[in-house]
Formats: sequence, C-alpha cells, structure tokens
Amino acid sequence: MAENYVGKRVKRTEDPRLIQGLAHYVDDIKLPDTLHAVFLRSIYAHARIKSVDTSAAAKVPGVVAVYTGKDVSAKIGPVPCAGALPDLKTPDHRVLATNKVYFVGHPIAVVVAENRYAAKDAADLIQVDYEELPVALDEEKATQPGSPVIHEQFGTNVAYKLTAGEGDIEAALKSADKVIKQRILNQRLAPIAMEPRGVLVRYYPGEQELTMWTSTQIPHLARTQIALMLGFPENKFRLIAPEVGGGFGSKLNVYAEEALLGWIAMQLNRPVKWIESRRENIQATIHGRGQTGYLEIGYKKDGTITGLRYNVFADLGSYFQLLTPAIPTLTGLMLSGCYKIPAIQINVTGVFTNKMATDAYRGAGRPEATYVVERALDLVAADMGKDPVEVRRKNFPAPSEFPFKTATGLFYDSGNYEGALKKALDISGYHKLRDEQAKARKEGRLIGIGVSTYVEICALGPSQAMPAGGWESATVRIEPTGKVTVLTGASPHGQGQETSFAQLAADQLGVHINDVTVIHGDTSIVQYGIGTFGSRATAVGGTAVWYAIEKLKEKANKIAHHLLEAGEGKVTFKDGKFSVEAPKVKAASVPEPVLPAAGMAPGASLPDPEPHGKHVSLQDVALAAHLAKSLPQDMEPGLSATYFFEPKNFTFPFGTHIAVVEIDRETGEIHFQRYVAVDDCGKVINPMLVDGQVQGGIVQALGQALFEEVVYDDQGQLVSGTLMDYAVPRASNIPWMELDRTETPTDVNPMGVKGVGEAGTIGATPAIVAAVVDALSPLGVRHLDMPIKPETVWRIIGKNKTGAA
Amino acid sequence: MIPTQFEYVAAKSLDEALSLLGKHKDDAKLLAGGHSLIPAMKLRLAQPQVLIDISRIKDLSYIREEKGQVRIGSMTTHYQIESSDLLRRICPLLPETATHLGDVQVRNKGTIGGSLAHSDPAADWPAAVLALDAEIVVAGPKGERAIKADKFFVDLLTTALEQGEILREVRFNTPQGTVGQSYVKVRHPASGFAVVGVAVNLSVNGGKCQSAGVGITGVAPKAYRASGVEKALQGNALDAKTLSVAAAHASDGVDANTDLFASGEYRRHLAEVYTRRALGTAVSRAK
Amino acid sequence: MKTKINVTVNGVSHQGEVEPRMLLVHYLRDALNLTGTHIGCETSLCGACTVLVDGLAVKSCTLFAVQLDGSKVTTIEGLAAEGKLHPVQEGFWEHHGLQCGYCTPGMIMTAAQILERNPDPSDEEIRHGLEGNLCRCTGYQHIVQAVQCAAKKMKSKTAVAR
Repeated sequence: MAENYVGKRVKRTEDPRLIQGLAHYVDDIKLPDTLHAVFLRSIYAHARIKSVDTSAAAKVPGVVAVYTGKDVSAKIGPVPCAGALPDLKTPDHRVLATNKVYFVGHPIAVVVAENRYAAKDAADLIQVDYEELPVALDEEKATQPGSPVIHEQFGTNVAYKLTAGEGDIEAALKSADKVIKQRILNQRLAPIAMEPRGVLVRYYPGEQELTMWTSTQIPHLARTQIALMLGFPENKFRLIAPEVGGGFGSKLNVYAEEALLGWIAMQLNRPVKWIESRRENIQATIHGRGQTGYLEIGYKKDGTITGLRYNVFADLGSYFQLLTPAIPTLTGLMLSGCYKIPAIQINVTGVFTNKMATDAYRGAGRPEATYVVERALDLVAADMGKDPVEVRRKNFPAPSEFPFKTATGLFYDSGNYEGALKKALDISGYHKLRDEQAKARKEGRLIGIGVSTYVEICALGPSQAMPAGGWESATVRIEPTGKVTVLTGASPHGQGQETSFAQLAADQLGVHINDVTVIHGDTSIVQYGIGTFGSRATAVGGTAVWYAIEKLKEKANKIAHHLLEAGEGKVTFKDGKFSVEAPKVKAASVPEPVLPAAGMAPGASLPDPEPHGKHVSLQDVALAAHLAKSLPQDMEPGLSATYFFEPKNFTFPFGTHIAVVEIDRETGEIHFQRYVAVDDCGKVINPMLVDGQVQGGIVQALGQALFEEVVYDDQGQLVSGTLMDYAVPRASNIPWMELDRTETPTDVNPMGVKGVGEAGTIGATPAIVAAVVDALSPLGVRHLDMPIKPETVWRIIGKNKTGAA
Repeated sequence: MIPTQFEYVAAKSLDEALSLLGKHKDDAKLLAGGHSLIPAMKLRLAQPQVLIDISRIKDLSYIREEKGQVRIGSMTTHYQIESSDLLRRICPLLPETATHLGDVQVRNKGTIGGSLAHSDPAADWPAAVLALDAEIVVAGPKGERAIKADKFFVDLLTTALEQGEILREVRFNTPQGTVGQSYVKVRHPASGFAVVGVAVNLSVNGGKCQSAGVGITGVAPKAYRASGVEKALQGNALDAKTLSVAAAHASDGVDANTDLFASGEYRRHLAEVYTRRALGTAVSRAK
Repeated sequence: MKTKINVTVNGVSHQGEVEPRMLLVHYLRDALNLTGTHIGCETSLCGACTVLVDGLAVKSCTLFAVQLDGSKVTTIEGLAAEGKLHPVQEGFWEHHGLQCGYCTPGMIMTAAQILERNPDPSDEEIRHGLEGNLCRCTGYQHIVQAVQCAAKKMKSKTAVAR
C-alpha cells in the first residue's frame, strides 16, 4: 500500500465549497412552491390544554393549513425511543401535544403558510387556554412522595431503576481503609450545533415518492424510524442529510418535527420546510448530561482503590427521544476509568422532569463517568495528601494487562496509560509546575494544576451492544474512467471523513486523492448505514471502506491477471499498477487536493484498456471490467465492492489532560495559564483532523466546566433560553492548547484506529475542574460543582479570608 | 427571527425625523444602528408600527472639538469613535470604551446615540459619558435642550428623553491638563454586556486629584455616577490607599442587579474591585 | 407595504421591492439565493451572518434590507476574486480552520475585516476581533492560526506588489 496520504496533514477535500459559501445545508436547498412551517410551543412547563383556537391564525393571508395535536395524533406514530431497559416506563410521545404539555417548548400546533413571515404572524394568533399544573423539575425531589406526577398513568416520576456492575461492592467498601463520599452534579447542557435543525420535505403523489432533507447524523436510521411513524414504505422514502452544520449528538435522533413535516407534505402535495430558530433549538432539541449522583470510593492506605459505587438520579426530561434512558447506562459502563477497580456498582434512577429530554451530547454518558472517576481519584489523593498523579499511577493497569477486563463488564482493547501520562507530564513540565505553584502559594497566589487521565469507549460498537446495529457499511466503485467513488454509511458533519476516507482509498488504490469522491448521507445513493456518532465513523466506517477496497482489489487483481495473461505468474499491485513483477517506482511528492477547475475540458476518448507491456493500470482494469469484452470466465462485469463491517469490540482511546489556572484572589475569576493534552486514538489517518477534533472537544468541555448550564427556574421556565444567557465559549476566553499524541493501535480493526471525536470533551472537564479545586485546596476545598462561576470561587475565598489582599 | 410588520421611513434630516416622530408618536421607534432595537424586534419583544431610520442623517455623524468642547453626533458609530485619532489624543477613554463594546460587527454599525437612548443597564457608553460629565443634547418639537448625563439615565431602559425628542449630540469639555482615564469591564460570558463596567476620568495636579469622574454600568438598573468615589478622591493624593478607600464607595446607595451569572452582592464587590483597578490604571496614565 | 431598493451585491446591481421587515440576511438568502450567509442565532450574537456592507463587517441579521438602499454588499460568495481564493479562505483551508463549515463564512468575512484594519495582529487581537463569531466545532485555535496564515500571505503579496 502506498503511503502518500495516510498519516499526513492533508487539506480537506470538503473545504472548497464550505469556505466559498457554496455548500448546501437544509435551508440552502430551494424547491419551487415550498411552504413554510412555524410551530406554536408551550409557554408552560406543565399544563392541561383546555382548548386551542386556531381560527384567527387560519385567516392570515398566505396561511394554507394549521394543525393541532387532535388533527395528527392518530395519524402519526409516536416519536421513537430505542433504549430498551427492563421495566422501562415509556410515555406515548406524540408529535404534537394533545391534552397536556410537559415542558416549555413542547409543540402544540403548526402553521403552514406560503412564507415564513405569514406562518410566524399566524402562529402568534393561536389562542391556547392552559390550566397550569404543578411542576416536577428536580430529578431527586421528583422521586419523593408528594411530588407532582408528570405522567399520571405511571403514578410515579421514576421511569426506571437499574443496577449494574460486578464484584462484591459491599465487601469491597468494607475492606477499604477509608471510604470517601461525594455528591456530584453533571449539569444540563445544550449542544448548540451552529446550524439549528431544519427539515425540507417533498412528496410526489404520482411516483408516491417522499424525499426528506433533514439535518441529521443518522440518515438511514432516521428514514427507517420516520417511515414507521408515517406508515410509509421505506423503499419509496429517500432521506438526505445534506451539509450538516454540527451535531454533537443533538442530531443523532428522530424528532417530532421531521415526521410531522413528512405528513404535511403528503397532505398538501407541496414541499414544506421548517427551520428551527435558536430559541426553539435551546427549548426543544435534546439536552445533554443532567445527572445528580452520590459517589462512594474505598481505598487502601497505599492508595489502591478497592471499590466504587455511584447512585445516580438521571434527569430524563418529560419524554424520551431516541436514546434518552440509555445514556446513563453508558455512564455505568465507564465507571472504571483507566483504573483497576475490583468492584463497581452503579444504581441509576431515571426520572421524568418537566423539561426537554436529555439524550446523547458529545460523549453521551461517558463524560459523566469520567468526571465521577477522576473526581474520585482526586478526592482520594487529597485525602491522602498525595499528588493526584501518584494515586493514578498506583491504579493503572500495565500495558501487558491488556485486553483489560473491568468490573463494568468491558474488555479494554489496548492501552498504555503511563505512556500518555508521562508524555503530558514532560510537556507540561509538571514537577516544575508544582514547584512554581508552591512558591506562588507562599506569595498568596492561587494557582491550580489539574490532571485527568481518561479512557473512553469509542467506535460504537458491536451490534450486540447497540440498540440498532453497530456495524458500518461501505461501497467502493471504480468507474470506467478510473475515478473512485466511495459510498459510506457513516454520515460525517464536520469530522472530515470525505478527506480521511479519500486518503485511505487513494493510498490503497494508488490514485490521486482528487480522483476519489466520498459520498454519504443520501439513502437513495448509499447502501444502508448506521451513521456518525460515538466516535465511530473512522474506526467502524473507515474499516468498512478498507475491507471493501481489499475485496475490490481481489477482483481487480483477477482481471489484471487475465489482461496480463500472467498464467502461472503472480500479479502484484503497487502504486496504482498491476504487474507481473512489481515495478520499482519512486514515491512522488504528496499531491494535495486542489480546487476543482471550472469547466474542465472534456477528455478526448476512453483510454485503451490493453496491457502496456508488463503492467496494467487500475484504470485499465476498471475499463476492462465495464466493457466486459475480456474478462476471466464467469466473472461478473463491473468493479465495485460492498462491505458491512461488524466490529468485535469497542475501542478504548485514552490520554492525559493537564490544565493550569490562576485564580484572581479578589474576584474569583479563573485565568488559564496552560493547557496540555496528550491523546491516544490509535493510528492516525490525518493528524490535522485529529487535532481539530481534540481542540473542539476540549473547548466544549471547558464550556461545561466554567460557563454552560441549561437553567430552568422553579416554574420550569427556561431562563437560559437564548445565546444572550447560555454561554458558548468564545475565541477570547480559552487557553492555547498544547497537543501531542501517543499511538497505541487497536486490534479491533485492521487499520488500528480508535476514534477521537469525543476525547476532548471527556478528558478536559475533569482536568479543568481539578485545576480550580487544586488552586483552592489551600482553603480546604476538595470539590466544586460545575459550571464553576467566579462568584462561587469568590465566596469560598471570602469565607477563608486569611488577611491576604 | 421574524419581526412584526411595520412601515419604514428613512429621514433625510433631523427636522424631517422630528416631524415624523411628531406625526406617529408612540407608534414609531427611531432606528439608529439597530443593535438594540432589531434584536428586540426579531424576538417580537418590540413591535413598532413605524420605524424612522435616522442612521442616514449625515449631519448627525461627526466627532469634532471646538471651543474647548468635544462634540459627537448621535449617529456616530462605535467604530468611528474607536478609530478616531482626535479622540485617542484628547479623550482616549472613549476609544478605549468602544473596544470593549460588543464586537467588530456591532461597533461597525451601532451608534453612540442609539446606545445611550436605549439605556441598557449593562451598556458601556453610559459609564463613559457619566465619567466625562457629558451633556446629552436632545432636539424636540420645542427646540433643543441639554441634559446632564447623570440626569439623562432615569431607570431601567428609561431616559430623560421625552416623546418627540431625538438625541442629537453628546458633548463635554475637552479634558484639560494632566488627565488619566480608563475603562475596565467584566464581560458577561454569553451576552458580552458589562457585568460591571467602570469608566474613570481623572484630572491630576501635583499628584493630587483635581477632579474625578467615575461612571459605573452593569451594576444597577441604570448606569450611575459614583459620586461617593469621586468625593473620596477629590483633592487627595492619588496613592493606593486613597484609591482603595474611594473604590469602597463604588456601589453606595444602589440596588444591584442579579442574574444567572452574578448576584447583586457579587456585583457590588466587582464594582469595588474594578473601580479600584480602573482608578489605578487611570492614575498610571496621568502623565 | 413594499419598498423599492437598489443594492449592489458582489458587484451585481439588484433592484427589488421588499417588505420593510425583511432582514438583510433573508434578502440575500431568499431573494438573491446567496445562501452562503448563514443564520445561527436570533440575538445578533453568533456572527454566522456576517457580510461586508460598504466595506464594513456587519451582522446581516441585524439590518433590514430597506436600510441598504444604495449600498454595496460583499458576501462570502463574492470574496474570491476571479476564481482565486482570498488569502483568508486559503488560510482557513490550510489550517483546518473549519469543521462543519456553518460559522465559516461569517468567520472569514470578519477575519478579512480584522486583517484589513490590522495587517499584523497578535493572537490575542485576532481572538478579540472574533468576539462576535461563535464556532462550536474547532475550539478556535485553528481559526487563529488560519488568520495568522492569511496575514502572512497578505503581507507577502503586498511586498511583491511593491
């Protein structure tokens, strides 16, 4: 295999359209005669709907239709939830509210009009008569007797209870020299993809063909689910994820609006479009995290962890979205962190609250786990008066212990935790930092160093462990002109797989990267796939591409053998050529992707498929395969291969993050001094893309640690309802990130890649919180809840004033 | 994202704007840079029937110094102030304040007059004009009047502007002698508005404070002059102790705002700390 | 209710009638089909809709199209001159200054304004200049590097021109 591209900083092939404003997100797609939908949403967190009067709205010029829950509830199936747990109470989640509303933003009615303006004007005229009901908001209080019950039919707000983990936890905690307890919060977050959701649907009644463009991470799964909701044949339903402006899990879902728009398009026989506003996005697109838990960790005098128990209340919101109840189970899986913990138990109580559903947000249950474990290790270190690095080292499994079995039932594929830790310590100059910190403390300065050593579960995953298939698919075709088409079932939306998969294909096939096109997101073009989430696209989807190409090359080799009349001779493939004897060709310099030239001159004619002496090019073989005049006997014409890759295991990337902060003693404001991250995601296809994933993840983690929080007031009103209140990190309030890597390949896939999309979000939050806690540790602080606001810090300092300025 | 319907009129002159305002009265809103009004209209929090666009009145966009007074037309953009060589020389407080305001795009379009007339409790300009003891010149059906800055901001989103009046100019005496100015701000992490913003305008003679203007925004329902701070500085040597003592008066007598980011108590504290820091910077610049 | 306007966008003059409440961003996207300018918030905070009006970077969601009568607008589609990428576009491409690409047009337009005013900015000045543009994917570091790269390219071009 040529190595012109893999492992190199190749510029992205998707960028030319994006940097010139020529890409097509849902709202950029224009169909003639399109109607526009605007939703009326609940202004209350919990209320009975006594009546909905749409008469004034219907009279607004330009309005074509107004639908309420009564009109559609019997026509469209419930919004699906794929999380199957024992004794799960699943509420019937209809696309529009009928009798009751359960959260601020709950859709009640939809107006369809000739333009957005008329639709919005009309939506404002809908009169809803509400009877306000008492609210259940706090995931702990909602479980207590006397709390208002959200779904009366269940008689409780507890959706499920689940216990998981292995080892005798009682004995483990009893055998400890000490058990530390801590209440830990993981606040609700809003994913805030920069492109809000959007849906455009067209129905051709003659062909009975339904086409939906929707901003999703899972085009095929969404098609299946929406087809079921609509009772519409899946094979006549084309779902397209066009350019998608970020997802972070929020578009790993099936939403009420998607199915409803499909139904409306079929009612009215006209295209209909809905584009979510940012306020709707914060109200009614899934939230992430939302856990209140109680940690117990036992340890021996020498720092050995004996057991960990986590009793957690998960704030599920009022309804389930696709994976809502399943997210806390991922938390349970990852509670061993990168440590040898003989006994682990998680007790989850999933609780309904009068809020939007929580679901997968970048990391999806794993950042919560890592945060708990990393806080736990820090608490142990603080309790022992030891350096947090030492306590971690004490409990790491050695590289020779892999595959490493955890008490949560996982087998970690490969790892070298000490390697990544050591590299991060070296880069940061950790011991010098500690010296400087000691000096600074004497001067009364509050400097903190936070270390997090994390492991994450990626490349989701074996189908046995997934609600709807954990494999991924690829088709690779060589067209008659020798151009390569890769169809992937993954659905990247910023991660850059159009480039990284083209790198793979170009190297495996010995062609120029510009001769490879990667297509995704269109269910009518691409074979069934699962999608992009859970850091899986490269490790699972890329592996499918890899196998498809190997399969294709086998066939091509046979054709080449035939063309070369090689007889008993062995045909080998190198640098795009099949030869009886491998020719010696020096690797040329790496050709970068270039801007496609406008109006490329047409080629003169099809090339000659005949062998040139002792070799044939891939292009020759492709042409021969399609002309089919000279193929080995009984061989199928054409040159394409499809592969569905089923991984045998997850992968477990890991790393070490180190944050250094200084706190303004007077104001409590937190200033970064350093940020160092060493991540190990196995083999790297494009280091530039890996850096980008890590950086973006770190900054989202930083947002959780210091700024972001979805806040509902005590009436369930969404207080952080716009970007004026919900603080997404900006360019100016983040540190320079010093990144490096170690490379420990996995044997789960032949490329050795593990996945990296969520690493930053998982590794960074605990490092940053630890740094702030460490800065305040001379004041006796052991733990702080997120987001750590300057005022909180100031209050702590104020309580501990020792006379220093 | 979609405002309610309205009628749009672009006024070509101040007189035309005044007569349009007289005609439409409460139904009309003036449109300057639009960076307070249009966001409110997009959320349908403001639903004017008529928009009178005054941003294109050329006569209202100027920065000049004449007869010992600096005059700034109300439709002068934040960026024009930020990049004004004249102001950088004679009153750097204003360009410095501008750099803290919103962002590049907002500064390119937003105007000082629009911001002042909106009187957002966390806007930056009010602090600066208070510190400069500026006068706000308003034109109305009965002619012009000048309102002292500390009388101009009346309450939350409320100014001394009366119906039919248009903010025409901000003017103040050119700072004389040895002057030290500064603007410091704690930026709200989401909105970018001031959690606390402190503007300081000191005149120094022989190490002693000759006059002091201190304007504070973000802390209370309206921006205010911190007269307690000013009094504590007046006539005193500008050493660290004086600044500390003075800054302790930063939020005397005000009801402090509370929001998700900061309580009233914390705001008061930030006001004190940042007043002291702003004073320190201003003193160090007074050369 | 409609008002006549005359606007030059990317060098092309457009006459049209618009409802006064039509935002510039809707005019560009819906009337002129220039969909490279995006909408990311409702509160004038995210900067995805940034365009140049008479040479000034503005948020096109915070202007009504009627206000633009007689103005010249440059959108992301008009930034590359004669098919050649603007140095800022090149910088973003070379340094992976974008992932999902949604904030990118606004980022690039703002960055172009930053460099026009300050050809040799520090990292901190770039970050301050991008205060009005939100990106949820990149963590901004590659964006800062992209803008620095563009600054270098623009400087060397100026040097050559001399």
